[in-house]
Amino acid sequence: MAKMNMLQAINNALDIAMGEDDTTLCFGEDVGHFGGVFRATNGLQDKYGKLRCFNTPLVEQGIIGFANGLAAQGSRPIAEIQFADYIFPAFDQIVNEAAKFRYRSGNEFDVGKLTIRAPYGGGIAGGLYHSQSPEAYFAHTPGLKVVIPRNPYQAKGLLLASIRDDNPVIFFEPKRLYRASTGEVPIEDYQLPIGKAEVLQAGSDITLLAWGAQMEVLQKAADLAANDGISCEVIDLRSILPWDIETIANSVVKTGRLLVTQEAPLTAGFASEIAATIQQECFLHLESPVERVCGLDTPYPLALEKEYVSDHLKIYEAIKRSINY
Amino acid sequence: MSSELYNDGPVVHKPTFIDGTSIEIPELKILKQDGSTYEGAELPDMDETLALKVYKTLAFHRVLDERMVASQRQGRLSFYMAALGEEAASVGGAAGLKPQDMIMSQYREQGALMFRGFSLENFMNQMFSNEKDLGKGRQMPIHYGSSELNYMTISSPLGTQIPQATGYAYGQKLQGLDEVTLCYFGEGAASEGDFHAGLNMAAVQEAPVIFFCRNNGYAISTPSDEQFRGNGIASRGVGYGIKTLRIDGNDILAVIKATQIARKYALKENAPVLIEAMSYRLGAHSTSDDPSGYRTREEEAKWQANDPILRMKNWLLAQNWWDEEQEKALFEKLREKILAAVKVSEKISKPHIDTLITDVYDVPSIQLKAQLEQVKVHVNKYPEAYPFTAGKF
Repeated sequence: MAKMNMLQAINNALDIAMGEDDTTLCFGEDVGHFGGVFRATNGLQDKYGKLRCFNTPLVEQGIIGFANGLAAQGSRPIAEIQFADYIFPAFDQIVNEAAKFRYRSGNEFDVGKLTIRAPYGGGIAGGLYHSQSPEAYFAHTPGLKVVIPRNPYQAKGLLLASIRDDNPVIFFEPKRLYRASTGEVPIEDYQLPIGKAEVLQAGSDITLLAWGAQMEVLQKAADLAANDGISCEVIDLRSILPWDIETIANSVVKTGRLLVTQEAPLTAGFASEIAATIQQECFLHLESPVERVCGLDTPYPLALEKEYVSDHLKIYEAIKRSINY
Repeated sequence: MSSELYNDGPVVHKPTFIDGTSIEIPELKILKQDGSTYEGAELPDMDETLALKVYKTLAFHRVLDERMVASQRQGRLSFYMAALGEEAASVGGAAGLKPQDMIMSQYREQGALMFRGFSLENFMNQMFSNEKDLGKGRQMPIHYGSSELNYMTISSPLGTQIPQATGYAYGQKLQGLDEVTLCYFGEGAASEGDFHAGLNMAAVQEAPVIFFCRNNGYAISTPSDEQFRGNGIASRGVGYGIKTLRIDGNDILAVIKATQIARKYALKENAPVLIEAMSYRLGAHSTSDDPSGYRTREEEAKWQANDPILRMKNWLLAQNWWDEEQEKALFEKLREKILAAVKVSEKISKPHIDTLITDVYDVPSIQLKAQLEQVKVHVNKYPEAYPFTAGKF
């Protein structure tokens, strides 16, 4: 065990992945000598050489197109998009190419070895182009997996699982958490399961669900509610696609209530998909409507970030709304 | 690591534009239409066996296109894309490579796959999207692919294969393989952002990839002067720092020669090469297109006189490697074989209903399995509405 922040845990996972397989590569804008703008790839070029860890030109569609080709060839590319806000030039290469590569060829070819890493989410005074949470766009694309960790331990285990998974995985890293805190992380190799939610706190009155940096906010709200005598079951979804319907449905059958919170805007966010599925699966067990606590349907603000975000107080109010329905 | 990459020109003290006229782009021509070669021309490395294989592939291509366009007109096939008049670019490209080299195509390069030995049955099964299609009946006709033959499955979105080819070639280099990647695209697709991305990255990342542009004058109905204003696609190669060749795309010897040279260079120098093959799409863009709405018969006639297959035939005759009797027998046999294959493939069953959910992931998720079960229950309830699959699972 060692104390690591999320960046160190990610760097450690990349180091393990590159160490175990000569065909594993890390690349993206400023990823090489400099080690990435957040330093996630720090030291990897020195250790593994310029052929395996390098800068690319400033062209996101090129980075992912290049990565698709590498993966189809049999290499194991780990491509970094500097900010999730800048993933959209690569949308075609992700949605029309990576996601459909195996299907469209009848499994003659695949890009299962591809992993895309991108710093994501708000809370760093980054305004509308350094704060977005675009997971829902990719969740609408069969063929992709989408994974979001909540802390350093989760980040290392889930990233190693993503790199080794035989499907293209988008790994969104909540950048607000990069250096926010440290946690105990095993030095050795380990993996955490993709597609499996984790119940962090058992409870009986309401199920609270989130992923990534919202987990911290959610726990704060659960603690506030506990002072009012409300027993919250807190769950980290961890994988947006595929997502663990069973764990969430079992919890809601027990508690009768569900609250989902996300940083992204409300309309057509992934919380909406969860709400629809759970009302289908648990209709007769629900005591109140599924609550969604989300960003507003606006671009991500700068000066008024505090008012915009789904903070613990908004969640706390929604918990009470649900309980008192 | 350096930012000093510039070949400095003369220093001037008043603004002085430069433009395309600063660069003259030579066009490689080896074979004349009458079958003779230009004096002093360097011929490709090609013996009689290879030459006959190339020619038979061209003939197969021509006849398959004819028959399949006719089948589409008869309503037997939903869609087809012929390569009439520009078959030399795809067949010659494949002939200039080694079998282990990856070919990543746009959609009009079936000739390369024919040269690699994709069987007539495989072509047919793909076009009729039946259960024997390697692609499991998931893509429209002509979206072929074969991992065994190192021919990447075609994707409809234009230009996406260009940066992918760079990545593929980079992987080949990294693993020290005696392999390159050849990437085909049209002059229209070269307007896509992926073209810029792929070429620039290939130069910077030093990938052994051959970019092969088929400049056939049209992107569906849009002529090339409404596509770009530079000196073709070749001029762009220079801008990216890529060794570039412009060739006569209807000259099979020039195509093979250029590809052989490009392969050698790419492998030796770990660097990309751009080939711009000048040609003309004599046929329609696809069976859904009618060129009479956007170009003249006179223009077409000019290019009909440049038929690449006739040009190669004339050369073979001059070598005494071919005669008119063989010619007649070959084309007759091909027409028979293809017609017979259509009749077989169009009767083969559609893929099994389970292939609805396979290959989306390596293993179908719980959700996908549940969705498939729902479809099966529904099909069983209304079997008349789903004749391809009802009662077959």
